[in-house]
Amino acid sequence: MELDNIEKLLEKYFEATTTVSEEQTLRNYFSQENVEAHLEQYRPMFNYFSAAKEERYTKQVPLKPRKNYYKWISVAAVALLTFGIYFGNQYQERKQAEFAYQETKKAFELLAENFGRGTEKVAYLEEFEAAKQKIYNND
Amino acid sequence: MQQTEFINVVMPFKDKLYRLAKRLLVSREEAEDATQEILLKLWSKHETMGEYKNVEAFAMTMTKNFCLDRLKSRQASNLKLVHSNYRDENVSLQRQLEAEDSVRWMERIMEGLPEQQKMVLQLRDVEQYEFDEICELLDMKPTAVRVALSRARKTIRQELAKKHNYGIG
Repeated sequence: MELDNIEKLLEKYFEATTTVSEEQTLRNYFSQENVEAHLEQYRPMFNYFSAAKEERYTKQVPLKPRKNYYKWISVAAVALLTFGIYFGNQYQERKQAEFAYQETKKAFELLAENFGRGTEKVAYLEEFEAAKQKIYNND
Repeated sequence: MQQTEFINVVMPFKDKLYRLAKRLLVSREEAEDATQEILLKLWSKHETMGEYKNVEAFAMTMTKNFCLDRLKSRQASNLKLVHSNYRDENVSLQRQLEAEDSVRWMERIMEGLPEQQKMVLQLRDVEQYEFDEICELLDMKPTAVRVALSRARKTIRQELAKKHNYGIG
């Protein structure tokens, strides 16, 4: 009965119409010790398939999370550039402002000096005024 | 997807990738290289991997394409197959020798099959994939898969019968 079944399954097997579980039955049958003599020739086939499935991939794969370095480097570069331009501009502006301040101060100093000279002259005028008052008072 | 998660997803089928690669490329070293390559490629895609509904099928297809490319370039550069993984026959026990002998025979027979039949046979008889999965993996019609599988099996039977009769006679 079983042998009959196996033979039928074999026939189907070679027509590729067996299911996975039927093929498992065949593999099981051929993995045991006593196989019918006329079926013996198929034994290497099924045993080979079972053996082939035992093969393992044993090498280690280096899965270092090699993130896209370049991406982050470029981000850093852009950030640096932006900061550089921003602060550079600020620095330059400050320099310009300082320069303007110095110039203004110089101009004011010039003005103040001239004013000073002016008031000096006015001092004579005061002298004159005082003399005039004296004259008026004497009258 | 994190590394541990990735490994959990990939672990169950990495041997299948290796076995398919070895079936096609024959040499163990080359198959190992190919598998590593595929795993690294997968890893580089790990961020979008959640979108694939079947990572295993995707990886198997990748392996298939990668190995076929390898074979093509090998043919183009006219390199000969080198398989160093055949052992010498210096095995002491008769029985062991016989068993090993038959494995080697099978290997050699399978090597002689056309690539497509090799793959179908590998996926079906070794890895026990269902037909529709094989269709998807190899991008073949169901009838084509059946025909290829049947041919491959019959070729093996024929070769084995030859050897078997030869052994008796």
